[in-house]
Parts: sequence; C-alpha cells; structure tokens
Amino acid sequence: MLKNFKHEKVETNAGVLLVLTMLAISAGGLVEIAPLFFIKDTMENVPGVRPYTPLEQRGRDIYIREGCYTCHSQMIRPFRDEQLRYGHYSLAAESKYDHPFQWGSKRTGPDLARVGGKYSNEWHVQHMIQPKSVVPESVMPNYPWLMSPLDYADIGDRMRALRVTGVPYSANQEEYQRNVEKFGADVAKTLHIPDARNILVAQAQEGNFDGDRASVTEMDALVAYLQVLGTMVDFSKIKPEDLVKYR
Amino acid sequence: MSATNAAVAEPYDYDVIKKFAVMAVVWAVVGMFVGVYIASQLAWPVLNFDSPYITFGRFRPVHTGAVIFGFGGSALFATSYYVVQRTCQTRLFAPGLATFTFWGWQAVIVLAALSYVMGYSQGKEYAEMEWPIDLLILFVWVAYMAVFIGTLMRRKQAHIYVANWFYLSFILATAILHTFNNIAIPVGLFTLKSYSIFSGAQDAMVQWWYGHNAVGFFLTAAFLGMMYYFVPKHAGRPVYSYRLSIVHFWALSFMYMWVGTHHLHWTALPDWASTLGATFSIMLLLPSWGGMINGIMTLSGAWDKLRTDPIMRFMIVALSFYGMSTFEGPLMSLKDVNALSHYTDWTVGHVHSGALGWVAMISFGSLYHMIPRLWKTEMYSVRLINTHFWLATIGVLLYITAMWISGISQGLMWRAFDDFGNLQYSFVESVAAMHPFYVMRAIGGMFFLAGMCLMAYNVYRTIRQGVLAAQATAAPAAAAA
Repeated sequence: MLKNFKHEKVETNAGVLLVLTMLAISAGGLVEIAPLFFIKDTMENVPGVRPYTPLEQRGRDIYIREGCYTCHSQMIRPFRDEQLRYGHYSLAAESKYDHPFQWGSKRTGPDLARVGGKYSNEWHVQHMIQPKSVVPESVMPNYPWLMSPLDYADIGDRMRALRVTGVPYSANQEEYQRNVEKFGADVAKTLHIPDARNILVAQAQEGNFDGDRASVTEMDALVAYLQVLGTMVDFSKIKPEDLVKYR
Repeated sequence: MSATNAAVAEPYDYDVIKKFAVMAVVWAVVGMFVGVYIASQLAWPVLNFDSPYITFGRFRPVHTGAVIFGFGGSALFATSYYVVQRTCQTRLFAPGLATFTFWGWQAVIVLAALSYVMGYSQGKEYAEMEWPIDLLILFVWVAYMAVFIGTLMRRKQAHIYVANWFYLSFILATAILHTFNNIAIPVGLFTLKSYSIFSGAQDAMVQWWYGHNAVGFFLTAAFLGMMYYFVPKHAGRPVYSYRLSIVHFWALSFMYMWVGTHHLHWTALPDWASTLGATFSIMLLLPSWGGMINGIMTLSGAWDKLRTDPIMRFMIVALSFYGMSTFEGPLMSLKDVNALSHYTDWTVGHVHSGALGWVAMISFGSLYHMIPRLWKTEMYSVRLINTHFWLATIGVLLYITAMWISGISQGLMWRAFDDFGNLQYSFVESVAAMHPFYVMRAIGGMFFLAGMCLMAYNVYRTIRQGVLAAQATAAPAAAAA
C-alpha cells in the first residue's frame, strides 16, 4: 500500500492534508506534557512547601503586574557558581503552588529564587524606591508608586480562583481541618479564605515590611513575597542523595 | 457604475488584504519604536521616568506584542489571504468573516498593549494577554481558520500549493498552542486578572511548548509559507525542489512541537523532557537547512537579480538569516552551550537574528512585492527600498553582534572563579560591564527603525499614487456613463 503512496493524494485533498498535519503537530506536546501530570518523580516530596499567605500572594500579583520576570529569574541551576551566588538549586516542589510559574528566562538582574532573608526589609524598601541609592550600577527602574495603599478588597476572590486551580486554600471548616493536618495549625490559619482580609492586615502590621505599621501598602505585600522566596524548604534536613532521583 | 465594473474586473478580494498590509507597516513602526525605547531604558535607566506605565517590565510585552502579533500577525493575515486566493484561483470564502478577522485582530493588539501598561498581565512570556483578550483571539482565530480552509475547499486548482500547507499548519498549531497555554481561572467576571490553571514545572512545560512554537509556527512555518510563494514569484523561477519542500514541511511540522523544553535545561523540569527537546532541536537543523537551500536555490539562473533588485536582496538575506538562526538554535540547545547562554543576552540576540533578519526581512520583501500589485501601481521609489535594505542589514548586524558579546561575557563572568575558589565577579559588575553593548544594541535598533520609517513613507506614497491613478481612470469612465 505504501509502495503506491503518492504525496499527490495529500496535496489534492484538503481534508487529508488537514488531518495528517494535525497528527504531525500533536505528537510532541502529548509525549512531553501529559506524563508530567502522572510521573511521581516530577515533583520532589519535601516538607515545608506551603501556599502563599494572602499578603504574600498579593505581593506575587504585584511582581507579575510589574513584569519583574522580564529581568529576574527564579530558577537556580545545579552549578557550583550558582550554588555560591544564589544557594541550593531550585526544586520543582518549591514552585508547585506558583500559578503561573515565574522561573523566567533572562537575568538582566540577579536570580530571586532564594532572595528571601538575604536583605533586610529596610534595604528592600530603599531598593524599590530608588535602586541606585543602594546599588549604584543598577539599571533597575525606580518603583516609588509601590508605597501606595494595597487594594485587598478582592483577596477572597483571588484565593477562591487559586483554590479552583488546586491551591489548598480552605473555604470551609472541613478543608481547614485538612490543612491543619497537612501544614500545621499556624500555617492553616493563614490559608483560610473567610479570614483572608484580617490575616493579610495582621501580617502586614506584624511584619512591618515597609517601615510603617499604620497602613497596608503594595510595598508591604511585595516585600513579604520577596522575603519568603526560597525559604520554605529547610535544606539542612534533606540529604542531597534523596533529591538525585528527581533530576 | 464604475465601482461595480471594478468589482467585476477584480478576480480576488483585495480589500481585507490592503487593510492588513497597511496595519503591518503601522505596527512595525510602533513595535520597533517601543523596542528601541526599552533597549534604551536598559542603557539609560532614567528613561523609565518613574512612571508605572512605561517601565521596562510593563513596556516589554507591548514591544513583543506589537511586533509579533501586530506586525508579524498582520503581515501573515495579508499574505495568506493573498496567496491562498491566487494559488487556488478563487475568491475568499466568507469575506465578511475575513473583515471580522481584521477588526478583531487589531482590537486584540490595541487592548493587549493598553492592558499591559495598566498592569494586567498573565505573567507568561508572549502570552501576557489576559483572559478576555485570549477569548477574542480565539474567536478571531476560528474565523481565520474558517476563511482559510473554506477558500482551500473551493479552489479551482486540483493541487494545494506548498505555501498553503505551511499557512495551514501555522493556523492549526497556533489554535492548539493558544488554547492550552492560556487556560486560566479568572478572579471575577469583571476583572482582567486570572491565574493559570497549571503551576510550577507543568506550567513551565506548557509555557515553553507554547513559547517556542510561537517561534516555530507563528514566526517560522507561516513565514515559510510566505517564502514559498513570494520568492519563486518574485524571482520568476519555480521552487528549486518539490521533494525538498515535502520533506521540509512534514519534518518541520512534526519536529518543532518537541523542542520547547530546550528553554528549560538544568531547571527543575525532569531531565528526560529537556533532553528530548535538545535531541529534536538538533534534528531540526536538517529540515530547516533543507528549506533554506530550497529557497535560495530557487534563484539559480536568476542570480543577477540580486545586483539590481533590492526586494530580491531582502528575500535572500532573510533566507540567509533563517539558515544562520536555525544553526545557532540547535547549538544553543546543547546542554553545555545552554549552561553558558541561558539567562544571558545571547538568547535575546538569537531571537532578534531570527525576528529581524528572517521574519522582518522576508516580510519586507513580500510586502514590497505585494503592495504595488494590490494598488495596481509600481513602488514609489526603488532607491528608498535599497536604502531600507542597507539600514536594516546594518541594524541587525549591530544588534546581534552586541548581544553576542554581552551574552557570552555575562555567561563567562557569572561562572568565573578566582585563584581561591571564590566567585570572581559580583552580579552587578556584570551589569555595569554590559553598558557599552546595550548602547550598541540600541543604536542597531535605531538603524532598523529608521529603515522601517523609510518603508512606511515609501508605502504611503505608493498607495497614494495608486489611488490617484485609479481615480484618474475612473473619472472619464464615470463621465462617459
């Protein structure tokens, strides 16, 4: 049958051309994407990774709004220089609640996957308002408008949307109990949607990220997000050899 | 009376093509201007002006959106409607739907740009449009598919010409990629904000499957469709090899979809997936070069045209850049090379040698060929085309040279150790060292933009001259009637 095949048959029949083209372009995606949802080795099983608190999540939204990913990556590769500069290489598990992922593709500025805890809150605020005042050679824009009040009226809607995508924010008592078992009571409280606004304000005031306890600003949210990046997993408790099979 | 006469005499629907052709030129000027602006922001950060609306982070998707979807997209709509009618020897199926694709697509570009500067973004590269815009794209694309396939179905030629295979493959692939990569849950019905349904490693996989095929199908397969019609047509020679075009088409369509994972080497994506991507990237060199050879060799017997015809020169230089970029791509997909090149300006340079050298130049050649035929006139000035050609060529070369130097320097500086085993450079030292090359890149962009402005002027004068001539011939006819 193949012996008699002539390409002419394909190019004189629009339907055949269409079906064969569909087959040709579908294979790659199916083979590479579908297994990632089923193969267990895709994601490491490490303790500590939790969904973002309402304030951190709002900070992440601002990170995306400002297009930070166009200049900063959040994905440390397993090389000696990156280990020294940024810390332990990034695990898949560390971004499992990231909708969308923000691994980035360009380092006009440094990687931020483990920037959490590296600098003080004061440094971050100063750096955001005027980067050159702390890093003279920087080409980063100033972000003075981040000192404006944070709009958190729709934080519940945001968390509910994320809950639909699979992030375990709790909408009722049953889900809350499940989070208590999974993450412990302290974390579970911060993931409870009905309390979201209070939790957000409380974290902003306690954390005092922008140096002003009176108001909740966008800076509070962004700095809270930056300060948690890469800090959820305690690598002193993980044996490197346990991670190898996931590479 | 004269209007109906003209409509009868015209065997093809040119109206929607004219609209798209003009907007391709307009978006090219706008998109390249924004490109030069953001390149200048990296060289001189004061240009951010402390304004949220024009900071680099929000402005960069305005640039990529305007050039890829505005300029590239409009050029593809225009040429595909032109090519499919002429090679099928039939009029467009559902011209009303075709007009909808025009207004819908222009609305997408404008709304996307406005939403970015207002701070609405999905945060996925080249797919920053939020969900309502994504839905509009989907409607436009379904209409496009209906018009294109409908026109193919009513062809008066038994054979479907090779250019249409590539356009068809691009339309189908874009539909699939766009749909799956943009599945998101909106925060509310009355807000643009949404969250991707995928997260982390899976989201990265889906995004770069989309992202690289935005290059593979939107910016390559479709422009190859353009190439397979306009190069032989303009050279007045048949396509060099029929067999090569069959191999080129099927191999390219099949292989491109696998290669996106080479954007995720050494990341938390499982190794098997990125290795598979690299393998297919290397294999892809063969069909790519087959296609390049097929295009360039089409000129055999007509090489002298390169001396006299700047349009032909645009096409052949475009194919040369296609060959160069499709060699550089597989090289950068090797894990050891990628370890150095990833996250650096080398990637940016690679994209632009493809986007400026190949995509823009083949579009310029095709538009210069098509526009006078649409308005039944000659190009206003061949000398201006020639000047455009040199400005564009010098611009690309400056751009990619600057990015090679800065990219490789960054890669080497980041991994340099001193004698004591400490990192030799702080990150910000690498930033400071890039300044001269960022200036050089911005200047390269200015050259390219200057050429583009000449094209816009030349096209404007050509259309005016065509319209005036048409009025002059129509007037006596009307008087006689």
